[in-house]
Amino acid sequence: MMLKLDQSHLDQIRQHGARDYPSECCGILLGRADAKDKEVREVVPLKNLRHDSARAQALLPLDDPGRETERNRFLIDPMEQLRVEKDARARSLDVVGYYHSHPDHPARPSNYDREHAWPWYSYVIVSVQKGEPKDLTSWVLTDGRERFDPEQVDALNL
Amino acid sequence: MPVRVIIPTPLRQYTGRKEFVEVEAKNVAEALANLTAQYGDLRRHLYTDDGKLRSFVNIYLGEEDIRYLQKDQTPLHDQDELSIVPSIAGGTKLRCICR
Ligand SMILES: [Zn+2]
Repeated sequence: MMLKLDQSHLDQIRQHGARDYPSECCGILLGRADAKDKEVREVVPLKNLRHDSARAQALLPLDDPGRETERNRFLIDPMEQLRVEKDARARSLDVVGYYHSHPDHPARPSNYDREHAWPWYSYVIVSVQKGEPKDLTSWVLTDGRERFDPEQVDALNL
Repeated sequence: MPVRVIIPTPLRQYTGRKEFVEVEAKNVAEALANLTAQYGDLRRHLYTDDGKLRSFVNIYLGEEDIRYLQKDQTPLHDQDELSIVPSIAGGTKLRCICR
């Protein structure tokens, strides 16, 4: 599959990564999918629920909350996710994937990313080095969950 | 009493592309059991090997997380809407604490 988006969508993701540096940012990609491609129509920035450590810990506990913080972990608030999803469905859009940033780390998925990923979705990662957004990549989990495969990102200039 | 279960995009490949499925159920546990009886491939994505709902799966009744209602014993009524909301989480590689 290929992930198609506009240059403006890429800019939005990069800017969000820079704005929230040195914390991780996250958001939802809304669009349409067919058997071949996913096409992004909207980028919806969300807050990283790891900033609210008590609530995040109740929803999805971390092994080592001393070392795992909003600077190296993100969690999307399921309530916000549901709200965005319902609003999208009313406009015939689907959730096609998610994005998050890697502050001062390369744009490659971590083991933690893989352990928490779902099949089919596109997982876009933007590397933010010293506050500057750099590489942006997209990944799809294999059906057997053994690894992420890189996904081609096609940016349309509109 | 039919209730509607909303299926998130990554799991639609296991429900014949359906965005929602209607099931007869008195409570959440029954609704999910009936859903996975119809679509067996969903089971391993929703439950652990010992039959517990996976911690990566959130179930909402309307706008409320069933964790804060009566969990899977939460009663359902005609026309209720259940949503399966996958947990979306990730991060970076932790730096090693090298001494
Ligand atoms: Zn990551």
